Amino acid sequence: MKKIFFIYLFFSLNSLTVQANEMSDLEQKIFKNIRCLVCQGQSVADSNSEFSQTIKLVVKDQIGKGRSETEIYDFLVDKYGEWIIYDPLFSTSNFLLWFLPYFILLVGGLFIFFILKKKNNN
Amino acid sequence: MSKKIGKYLLLALFFFILTIFFLALKNDPRYISNDLIGKKIQNFKFKKLNGNNENLSHNDINKTTLINFWASWCYPCRLEHKYLIKLKQNTNVKIIGINYKDDQENAQSFLQEFLNPYDLIGVDNDGVESVKFGIFGIPETFIVNGDKIILKKFIGPLNQKNYQEIINIINK
Repeated sequence: MKKIFFIYLFFSLNSLTVQANEMSDLEQKIFKNIRCLVCQGQSVADSNSEFSQTIKLVVKDQIGKGRSETEIYDFLVDKYGEWIIYDPLFSTSNFLLWFLPYFILLVGGLFIFFILKKKNNN
Repeated sequence: MSKKIGKYLLLALFFFILTIFFLALKNDPRYISNDLIGKKIQNFKFKKLNGNNENLSHNDINKTTLINFWASWCYPCRLEHKYLIKLKQNTNVKIIGINYKDDQENAQSFLQEFLNPYDLIGVDNDGVESVKFGIFGIPETFIVNGDKIILKKFIGPLNQKNYQEIINIINK
């Protein structure tokens, strides 16, 4: 009986630890993607300013309420503007930012391909 | 021919990048609060200062109201306080104060020393509820109309120019 109790205790504590780690991983991920608005080029994760401490509490609170990562970003963007997020959200105004590198890569690749093809023909 | 096209393409790319950099120079990357103007404030709830577990909430905004975030430890709050007192004396605007991350005894002493311009005072010990207002430092002040729409936000201590702006908004 004692053995069963200890096995049960071990697995319960283990699953709790896993849950806690998952939680802190998500927190860390979000903290790293939020800009500290009162700091010079620091994320909330890197900063210990009053602002960062408050935002960390807000993020923890929102995670506790079951909000998803996107919902938390949306909440913060609504209050502070898109500047607060390091990873810009996809929108019509910034679609070039997302697709231009691929476009340039494609055009550049084609350019090199045709130059090499021409050289080979010559 | 293809050499010429290549040259034009490179030139076009160069000017395109130059234009993007030029436009980006005009952008102010700092936090601006313009996004909040015209938005309805989110429902909020603060404990009242010495309110015996009474709360201050969005329901307390039923006419044009000034919401001021302050603390006794905040030096710029002292500088703006005279304008809040003037607003209290010269207008009938409702003034709500949110005491931000402060010691309640110090807050009381501050109000005794500099006078109390607030109709209602809420307390935000950890600053979490204030994030609903997009607060990132104090003092910050909002003007909200009876429909709870944000008309104006002032970041930093109020000055004579802001005072006049507030008067103009109230008298509109």
